[in-house]
Amino acid sequence: MRGISFDIAHMLAGTLLLLSFLQLYQDRLYALLNVFALHALALALSVAWQAYVQDAPHLYVTALIALVFKAVIIPVALHRIIVRLGIHREIEKVVGVGTAMLVGMGLVALSMVVMLRVTAEADPLAREDLAFALSVVLLGLLMMVTRRNAVSQVVGFMSLENGLVLAATGAKGMPLVVEISVAFSVLIAFIVIGIFLFRIRERFDTVDVQALDTRRGERQ
Amino acid sequence: MSLDAVTAILAIPALAAVLLALLPGYWLTAYLNVLAALATFLVALSLFFSRPPQGAYLHIDDLNNVFIVLTTFVGLTSSLFSASYIGHELENGRLTPTFLRFYHTMYQILMFAMNLALVANNIGLMWVAIELATLTTVLMVGIYRTHEALEAAWKYFILGSVGIALALFGTILVYMAARPVIGEGLDAMVWTTLVTRAAEFDPALLNVAFVFLLLGYGTKVGLAPLHAWLPDAHAEGPTPISAVLSGLLLNVALYALLRFKMLLAVNPNVIAPGPLLVTMGLISVVFAAFMLYRRRDIKRMFAYSSIEHMGIIAFAFGMGGPLANFAGLLHMTMHSLTKSAIFFAVGHIAQVKGTQQIAQMGGLTVTNPVLGWGLVLGVVAIAGLPPLGIFMSEFLVVTSTFAREPLLAIVLVFGILIGVAGLFLRLNAIAFGEPRGAVAEAKASYGPMFAHLALVFMTGVYMPPAMVAWFQNVAKLLG
Repeated sequence: MRGISFDIAHMLAGTLLLLSFLQLYQDRLYALLNVFALHALALALSVAWQAYVQDAPHLYVTALIALVFKAVIIPVALHRIIVRLGIHREIEKVVGVGTAMLVGMGLVALSMVVMLRVTAEADPLAREDLAFALSVVLLGLLMMVTRRNAVSQVVGFMSLENGLVLAATGAKGMPLVVEISVAFSVLIAFIVIGIFLFRIRERFDTVDVQALDTRRGERQ
Repeated sequence: MSLDAVTAILAIPALAAVLLALLPGYWLTAYLNVLAALATFLVALSLFFSRPPQGAYLHIDDLNNVFIVLTTFVGLTSSLFSASYIGHELENGRLTPTFLRFYHTMYQILMFAMNLALVANNIGLMWVAIELATLTTVLMVGIYRTHEALEAAWKYFILGSVGIALALFGTILVYMAARPVIGEGLDAMVWTTLVTRAAEFDPALLNVAFVFLLLGYGTKVGLAPLHAWLPDAHAEGPTPISAVLSGLLLNVALYALLRFKMLLAVNPNVIAPGPLLVTMGLISVVFAAFMLYRRRDIKRMFAYSSIEHMGIIAFAFGMGGPLANFAGLLHMTMHSLTKSAIFFAVGHIAQVKGTQQIAQMGGLTVTNPVLGWGLVLGVVAIAGLPPLGIFMSEFLVVTSTFAREPLLAIVLVFGILIGVAGLFLRLNAIAFGEPRGAVAEAKASYGPMFAHLALVFMTGVYMPPAMVAWFQNVAKLLG
């Protein structure tokens, strides 16, 4: 069914990708968190739209989880962590914005080429979704690689997870078990990270991962 | 769901985890931990004789039966070792009673997750289980809360999650490939259904899926370009966890890879997954062998040795064919037993010496003869000297490769030899010569270590025909 429903799904997935790019060049933690909240919101809309199009009510649950948990609770919590820890707001990057954007574009091109080619026989909606999802996943990875700060690495990881949810919901009729478990594992992952952040704070008064980097290999 | 053996090997650790979270007291919980592991092992053994029918979520076949018995056995011996090791850690104050409770709970959750990953008949469920296992081990690695432990846990967490995320993407792609053939819904993720219909799947989609699965689960196996988390995680966590990581968790991830390899083998139009595994395996062997030389930390050194051996195993399974698969299975079993035995020894040695630095150890065979000679035996076994079990499996891998790809075999042998030399160089410093470092009486339980070594020795000398037949059968299954 190519038509308005396809266009809307396409637009929402595209928005998600665009927001991934936006995250890539944020250099303040608060701004980054705001963009991430938007990212999660776009995901929630996209999943809800898939639920409507596929007539799969259980996907609304996934959309709701994305909306409440990822777009509201996590950004707020991270916001409070940043305030409480009083960490510096500038994000230290490993590579410059320009380079990161260029690499990001390369990754998107790569995922388009790969996914569109291999899914030639799948239905167009799933196809586009998958290509977008892979792009979002790769951009999330890129963000984790190019940031040194623990909070922004976590945000990178979560936007990577958003890409996975997009892919899972784009695959029509994928069993519910998996979606819930994805959401659930994000929750667990977050708890873990939270604990880590506090421990890191306890020990070194910083959440800059570089401060942890003294051991790399076995330097003595 | 009625209570059959498969449910039991999941229910026992799960219940034990809850119980251990509630109960205080060191001896009581350590005892319970061992008891739960023993019960799980006994139930796993019963699977050899009677198997419950397969369901949509859980199943048992010849392949995962081997893995389950091995996992529960090493789980049992590690819990015995852990009882004495952790007792010592409590005495010298590295762990507090609260963390001890947490540790035991996590131990059982980890056993639960590994068993679930092995018996899962659903590729989504398998993924969830491996994710759970990763998270629990992350928490265990960071348990000492030192600077290094936190760094190791963070690195492990980040790399592990990225790997796990890529594996999920691969899993979704497999579902996408299966959906047009099998239809929507649960059936398209059920392993037993997938493998019967895989020949009709879209080959291009399966190819891409396998690349993601290889990168994802390959990270968890610790294959060479993706291994960065492994040495840190092994070195900084409590030693029983290093033993379980090396001996079991790497195997579980490899098992997941093998399952998908079997899926690809059914479809005639896809890329052969073998060469990919062979390449990564060879890189791991050679790379890890060279890395063995400049290690100063004893646990880190054996972590690199684990990378090397996982490389050999991946290489063997990548070569495929009945003989190489047989060798791969045997090597995996022997490596699990030997490496955990070595970590049992290393744990006590590090406690005696109060450090993990090789430079501050020496003359162990003089100061602590049982421990020292135990370590020597373990290293002799892991180096693959006859007549121990690893010699046999390495010999089989090498000869079967020489018959088919002599060039690859030469590289493999080169890597193995470099690794052996590196290990002995270090062993010489640790076990012989002038005693160095702190001298203390080891309060150790030698049972688990020597039980493992005895098994490895026995297999090297005489393999029971039943075991041979079983492994041959599984090797055929693997294609």
